[in-house]
Amino acid sequence: MEFILIFISAALVNNFVLSRSLGICPFIGVSKRMDTSLGMGLAVTAVMAVASAITHVVYTFVLVPFELEFLHIIAFVLITACLVQVVEMYLKKNSPALYRALGIFLPLITTNCAVLGALLLNIDLFSDSLLRAVVHAVGAATGFTLALVLFSGIRDRMSYAPIPKIFEGVPIAMMVAGLMSIAFLGFSGMISL
Amino acid sequence: MVKALARFKKGIIDENPIFAQAIALCPVLAVTTSIINGVGLGLATLIVLFCSTLVVCFIRNFIPPQVRIPCFIVISATFTTVVSLLMEAFFPALNDALGIFIPLIVVNCLILARMESFAAKNPPIVTMFDSLGMGLGFTLALALIGVVREIIGMGTVFGFTVIPEAIPRNVLFILPPGGFFVLGLLIVVLRAVKDKRLKD
Repeated sequence: MEFILIFISAALVNNFVLSRSLGICPFIGVSKRMDTSLGMGLAVTAVMAVASAITHVVYTFVLVPFELEFLHIIAFVLITACLVQVVEMYLKKNSPALYRALGIFLPLITTNCAVLGALLLNIDLFSDSLLRAVVHAVGAATGFTLALVLFSGIRDRMSYAPIPKIFEGVPIAMMVAGLMSIAFLGFSGMISL
Repeated sequence: MVKALARFKKGIIDENPIFAQAIALCPVLAVTTSIINGVGLGLATLIVLFCSTLVVCFIRNFIPPQVRIPCFIVISATFTTVVSLLMEAFFPALNDALGIFIPLIVVNCLILARMESFAAKNPPIVTMFDSLGMGLGFTLALALIGVVREIIGMGTVFGFTVIPEAIPRNVLFILPPGGFFVLGLLIVVLRAVKDKRLKD
């Protein structure tokens, strides 16, 4: 039960994109088509789940015993970078189409603040349990994927709409994201962890 | 020198990281609930940006091109750690308010973009002015968004009440949706101003 609560809290109540404002770059950048946003979401989910497990182990068994907690930023970034490299090589071999569609945004998962944000929040909130940390990360990644896919659906419709020229591009995306964020405010207070 | 000053001005106005390039938006939306938070994060980012681009500038000829991105990230992570420890020691209240967005400076796209596209190709003096311009442009943008959200959301500027208590506050603007709306509208306003200037 506790795991379900952590999952829903990370995915809906504290949605990373719409409530915590993390991972906005890929949210705006790769959400032009639904299948690429789904692919991006899955890639981020894979990186986040594995990274949160590894960082938990590294933090608890290496950094804390040797009193090196201040190195956690560097350690976490390097772990993420290695994992992204692995995912990149896997996609390049097994799914070249998706690899090309994601383009520059694939290596940029390293600098996706949603990933590092989840790892840092894990230290603050769930440093006591590996399983809870991973569930939190998967929930967060699911919320990220959900926001991306919903947004790409809206963008699809928007391409047929007469948008004032001055609003084209980032501004109208911000308006849509703002409205979605209001909708997600409806989840707040549902669960408090 | 003229070139350096031109770079400085470009970063603040023509190539403003937020309003013109629309990069590094995550911290912008998250921390601009008040002007103090906005300026605090802006200056912290400025320090990291300035120091890391300078280091990149001096060692750019020793970094093999294949591994330059990991090198850049380690350099910016080092300075982010330094800044985060300094913040914790000297500005604990601000540090608590900004939370994970201080360590997240390390993945700020602005810093990586300036290291990759400018510092790795230019001499130190020009790079210093470029970083200062970009950093100040970023800080000013954060301050501008922070001021708008603080006035509408809480009726205060720097914590001082500027709008009479009788007028109701719109709390939406200090919640996450307000960040999206204010940023979108400010970009539209700046585009309109630019269009008008071009016409005249």
